[in-house]
Amino acid sequence: MDKNRVRELKIMANKIRKDALTAVYSASSGHPGGSLSIADVLSVLYFEVMNVDPKNPKKEDRDRFVLSKGHCSPALYATLAERGFFPVADIATFRKADSYLQGHPDMKGVPGVDMSTGSLGQGICAANGMALAGKIDNKDYRVYSILGDGELEEGQVWEAAMFAAHYKLDNLTAFVDFNGLQIDGDIDKVMSPLPIDEKFKAFNWHVIVTDAHDPEKLYDAICEAKATKGKPTVIIMKSVKGKGVSFMENQAGWHGNAPNEEQYNQAISELDAQIKELEVEA
Amino acid sequence: MGKIATREAYGLALAEFGETYKDLIVLDADLSKSTKTDTFKKKFPERFFNAGIAEASMITTAAGLATCGKTVFASSFAMFAAGRAFEQIRNSIGYPNLNVKIGATHAGISVGEDGASHQCLEDIGIMRTIPNMVIINPADATESILAVEAAIKHHGPVYLRFGRLAVPEIFDRATYKFELGKGVELEAGTDATIVATGLMVPEALEAKKILAESGINARVINIHTIKPIDKDILIKAASETGAIVTAEEHNNIGGLGSAVAEVLAENCPVPMRRVGTQDKFGKSGKPAILLEEYGLTAKNIAKQVEEVIKLKK
Repeated sequence: MDKNRVRELKIMANKIRKDALTAVYSASSGHPGGSLSIADVLSVLYFEVMNVDPKNPKKEDRDRFVLSKGHCSPALYATLAERGFFPVADIATFRKADSYLQGHPDMKGVPGVDMSTGSLGQGICAANGMALAGKIDNKDYRVYSILGDGELEEGQVWEAAMFAAHYKLDNLTAFVDFNGLQIDGDIDKVMSPLPIDEKFKAFNWHVIVTDAHDPEKLYDAICEAKATKGKPTVIIMKSVKGKGVSFMENQAGWHGNAPNEEQYNQAISELDAQIKELEVEA
Repeated sequence: MGKIATREAYGLALAEFGETYKDLIVLDADLSKSTKTDTFKKKFPERFFNAGIAEASMITTAAGLATCGKTVFASSFAMFAAGRAFEQIRNSIGYPNLNVKIGATHAGISVGEDGASHQCLEDIGIMRTIPNMVIINPADATESILAVEAAIKHHGPVYLRFGRLAVPEIFDRATYKFELGKGVELEAGTDATIVATGLMVPEALEAKKILAESGINARVINIHTIKPIDKDILIKAASETGAIVTAEEHNNIGGLGSAVAEVLAENCPVPMRRVGTQDKFGKSGKPAILLEEYGLTAKNIAKQVEEVIKLKK
């Protein structure tokens, strides 16, 4: 991947981070930590990889995306807004009673959302359904879904894993946001889902482990997934919860808490500084 | 007219409509021989998918297929479809209002020998509380086939409830009119009304005959669509006959009886009795014996009618 393109995707990821935090701050409610950790992969998916059209959100042959870790809707909404599905200004209405931006992704009301999620373990099964439809209809579209690492504790995820491998859904690419944290603490202390890679291998998936914050590596992994036939691929992304905001990084406490004004302003200026640094590199 | 289980008719309906509706997809959870989705599977193997013993996966995968324009039927026993995967139905089908039909078989106590764990007596109750959910409990083979067709034509979630036990054929496909959401007055009457659904419909008709011997003229209404329920026919029956007995193969908490009570309490309160399984779990046994033991009989319906008439104003 061209160095400039990598830079552009990193800048977009930081814009996504800013918008996601604006959503949570405006609502005084939401999930910043896990939104920040998936900003890079969302940037790569929506700005480099996915065949989508903001002017035609339901176009039949589009690539699909399911945020199985639905609580990180701020990141998804930020991405969709930046991509042009709806105005960026609407982000500040997140979770308000008169807004279409529901707390968890709502396919009925939010342009660009392919599936309503929020209850963990279900999104990935819906993604299976979409991938299966693609196989039935002999379509070329691809289906992407991001799971949380804590989410892997839900049994339904493993029902999905069995199903996808059984039906050879090689048009499905799942991601695990492996930031090591869940609400009650470290995932290996609460209810360890480790080893994640071995589990998916045992379920007959193709497994790639990579860096959640390196757009080039993410892009290469996605390409490898596309080229892998006969089995679905999971890309396990080693990530930092709260990535990009110094006081949020690696803190379980920032899973579902909104920043106050001071924290928000500090976060925004940190992200602005990172964007500036990337722009200067050009 | 013979006897055929409504689950059998369900299987036949899927195979029949699979021809006209090319986007029809059927999922099952390792029970296709029992739910009879294997009838569809044999005819359209490329449109049938087994999710294995994984009902949550089956239901949510159905939702995903529906987002891509498919009309999906997902089947298992009522206990596991409505029960185990309740939250998936609620969050992945009901809330986004997706075009998935849950074809739940083996509902009620007539499951028989398998016993309580498999005898779902709660499904109508829990499905009723989901917004957007249409609930149909067909009484015979003809009604089952027409219900499946109506479900296909309805855009949105539908819960269809079928039984294991062979039941009498009541309606003639050539002449019977099935309209989603409309109750059917099967027999006119003036002294009381029996409101029945599913397997209890033939019992209701038999109860009318028993009551006629005592000079009681009972109206019989078939409620195949429990949600949205036909309020008009119920209010009319209450105001014209003054007493209501409901009958269902379900707990008398939460199902048809409760639905009818809700309508009447708000619009035309009259004395009521609800024939159902009286908030008890089922048990193993021959279906006929269980139905007798749990009061799901014409005799018991007739007895309840006699009781409720005494309370009429």
